[in-house]
Amino acid sequence: MEAEAAKFIGAGLAATALIGAGLGIGNIFGSYLSGALRNPSAAASQRTNLLLGFALCEATGLFGFVLAIIILNG
Amino acid sequence: MANPMDQFEIKKIFDMPEILGKDISFTNASLWMVLAAIGVIIFFSLTAKGKLIPGRMQSLGEMSYEFIADMLKDTTGPEAMKFFPYVFALFFFILFANFFGMNPYAFTFTSHIAVTSAMAIFTIGLVIVAGIWKNGLKWFKIFAPSGLPFILYFILVPIEIISFIARPITLAVRLFANMTAGHVMLKLFATFIAFLVGSGGWMIFAAIGPIIGTVGIIALEFLVATLQAFVFAILTCVYLNDVYHVDH
Repeated sequence: MEAEAAKFIGAGLAATALIGAGLGIGNIFGSYLSGALRNPSAAASQRTNLLLGFALCEATGLFGFVLAIIILNG
Repeated sequence: MANPMDQFEIKKIFDMPEILGKDISFTNASLWMVLAAIGVIIFFSLTAKGKLIPGRMQSLGEMSYEFIADMLKDTTGPEAMKFFPYVFALFFFILFANFFGMNPYAFTFTSHIAVTSAMAIFTIGLVIVAGIWKNGLKWFKIFAPSGLPFILYFILVPIEIISFIARPITLAVRLFANMTAGHVMLKLFATFIAFLVGSGGWMIFAAIGPIIGTVGIIALEFLVATLQAFVFAILTCVYLNDVYHVDH
């Protein structure tokens, strides 16, 4: 297998890390929504934590994307 | 197909003589950093009229101040207001950098790992230096929280050290990856529009799909730009918490 083909396959495999990002983000927003529907007055106070959790989760998925770009471009 | 990664290329604007073997030419990244800094200064000089009943711009300035001050006080505590200028400057510099980068033909300098890792290393360096300055060598107790059975420390301390070392790395890579991924997606969808329109004939009407997609991604990118500046600032506050509260 040439290096070029292996690079593309490697980049594709590294990008599957974004599955985890999708699951995590869905999880955190879902938990926020179910908590907010049960206790609407407490929802506003947790919005900071919601956004923080979203960004941290997205970051982990994007580490996989960065690896894919590194593999693809040498 | 044009490579979507070409937009991140650094181009020199002025050539400057080398200092100690390092090329310090003024590049497009430097230009946009200067513009972001000037943007922040102009924004805050416009909000500086000190009337008792604030006008619109003054309210904006006061809200920005309160936003960061509340964030610092809630996460770290009132004595952390010493770090307020740093966190404030960090948040608004990254915010303006990301926002200016959304314009066509602009360059997002936070999409370079060199820039973000400089900010992250400075932040963690600040935490370490301030921690040791304030607490002396007792600061190293953050790696060994109290109240655990003695045998657990042999496993816990290496894990805590590794997770501390992961902090500057994740801080830098988080901002870099978000900005790069967003701009690559934008470029990609725009290329789809260009392809469909360039194919001529009936394909031009199919270009409505990528146009809607690009508009959606632009909206998402504005959200991500704000969010990433916010997350960098709030994580700085959380890490500064280790300076003041050594026993977690």
